[in-house]
This record gives sequence, C-alpha cells and structure tokens, in this order.
Amino acid sequence: MKNTARSVNNRKIETWQPRRGWLVTATTTLALLLVLAPLASAEYGDVVINRIAEQEGAPPVIFPHWFHRIRFRCNVCHTELDFEMRVGANNINMDALQQGKYCGACHNNEIAWGLQNCIMCHSGKEGLKPQIKGGHQTSGPGRW
Amino acid sequence: MWIRLVNVITLLLLALTLPALAQEPSAVNTPKHKPLAEDGLHDPSLPAIEILQEPGEVLGALPSTTSGNMVDWNKAVRDGYIQPRATLEEQGEVETLDLDIYFPNTAGADVVRFPHREHTEWLDCSNCHPFPFAEKAGATPVSMLQILMGEYCGRCHGAVSFPLTECSRCHSVSYEEYRKIREQQEN
Repeated sequence: MKNTARSVNNRKIETWQPRRGWLVTATTTLALLLVLAPLASAEYGDVVINRIAEQEGAPPVIFPHWFHRIRFRCNVCHTELDFEMRVGANNINMDALQQGKYCGACHNNEIAWGLQNCIMCHSGKEGLKPQIKGGHQTSGPGRW
Repeated sequence: MWIRLVNVITLLLLALTLPALAQEPSAVNTPKHKPLAEDGLHDPSLPAIEILQEPGEVLGALPSTTSGNMVDWNKAVRDGYIQPRATLEEQGEVETLDLDIYFPNTAGADVVRFPHREHTEWLDCSNCHPFPFAEKAGATPVSMLQILMGEYCGRCHGAVSFPLTECSRCHSVSYEEYRKIREQQEN
C-alpha cells in the first residue's frame, strides 16, 4: 500500500514538475519583457526630414504629423500639395518652398508662420537619418 | 539541475525588474506624451524647444486609445473635438462614402472589414485609387507581409494611422458573421 502511495506521489511529482518548468519559463519571459520594454519616445508619426538639410548646413527638420492632422485632413497635403506618402520620396528643398510648393503653401505668413522662421522647423538633433516614427519601423521589418 | 539554474536566472531578472516595477506609480503620473526636449528627435539646445507646442498639451484632451498617438482620431472628428480643414483654402465639404469592403482570405484570422466611411473622412479617393488599390474588390493581392513592409494599408498604418499591432481593429468580423453578411447581400 505504501509503495503504491509513493508511486502515485512520484507520478504526481513527475507530472507536476514540467508544469513548474512552464511557470518558470513564463516568469522569465515576463521578467525579460518588462526589463526590455521599450521606453516611450518621439510622438507617433513624427517625420525627420534630412535628405539635404544637414548637407546644406541646417539642422534636420522635425515634422509632427499629430500637430498638422488636428488642423488639416490628410488629403490636403497628400493630394493638394502632392506630398508622396513615403519618407524620402519628396524633393523638398527651400527653393520649392519659396515658390509656394510643399510646406511653402501654408508657411507663408498667411496660413502659418513664414519661411523666415528657420529655427521652428530646423529643430532636430545632429545626424538624424530621414525616418518616420512608427510601429513597424522601430520594431519590425519596415522599409522606411 | 537546469531548473535550479533557470530559477537563479529568474530571480536575477526579477531583481532587475523590481526597481522598474517600483517606479510604476510615478510612471502613471508621468504624461503619456514625451516632452519635445526628451523625445530623442528635437535638439533641446535649439531655441524652438521653448516655442513649439507640446504634444501632451493637446493630445491629452482628445478621446484616447492605447496605441499610436494615444488618440482616437475618428472619434475626435466625429464628435467635433477637432475640425480639420478639408481643403487648403477654406473649411470645404467632406464627401464620405459609406461602403464596407470585406477581405475574407485571411488564413484563419478574422475577416477584415475595411470601412470607406472612416477613411474618406480623412482621405481623397485618389489617395488609394487606382494606386495602390484597384477599385474592384478583390482585384489587389494584399498580404500581411507586404503591409508589414510598408505597402498597401502599411503605407499609413504603422506610420501615421493606428499601428499594425492593433490586429483586431481590422480583423474584426468572424466567419460566422461574414457568412450572414454575404447572405444578406445576395438576397
């Protein structure tokens, strides 16, 4: 009887141990996730425009999508102003802006501050690559 | 033996984690939106940092979600929190299209419902048609891999519109429901 009881107990332990192993694995994974959890960074959709800015001696431009979409629907810039929906695909340069193209359509002292306010847009850190702050761009196989 | 090793590693990791957990209450108090000076993009030594609008000042007052800008942009427009212009010059008229498109070939995931209405609130037909989407339902071979690579839906979702981690916001219709919808459409 004792032997049977022990063997039953042993069997219980045998079946229980793998579960404990799972628990340990789960805890480890959770701990790892918490340690490695990415910290909040720039606002979602922020674009770094630096195709030529730094080459030409100005800091990179930081374009906040959130600020603009409160005031304009997407189609205003992405249809009326011909902004291609792809970082780096637009030939943005100060000459075009001064002719009223791209940002220059609004940043003309009428709708928004004029182009003489260089520092308002050219406000980025040194050496930033052209990019957009997004979900798959920062943690997956994005192509931005 | 290996279990003991794993236990040691777990305890070590927990020890590393606990300080982070202890900071949780203060993390709740800190705003969801990083100040521009700490966002990793703006140079805090440049003068714009004093003048530019802080995201937290504005976005915190809009209806919230748990991803992207933490803003439910559709609700914000629908309920009048914001009135973004439809054209450059004036307020303009927004022409919406109330038409749902279903993507049923989802390899077992729930069927995707694409609502034209929410999209036409923001976009022009020409933003999506004829490129990257043909106007005929089912004519464009869309795959999740391409979306993750920034094509099709991924041109916006994952960059500006809600991110691709929000699976169930698109994969939102069970096959059972989809069958009923199809039956209704056919009758």
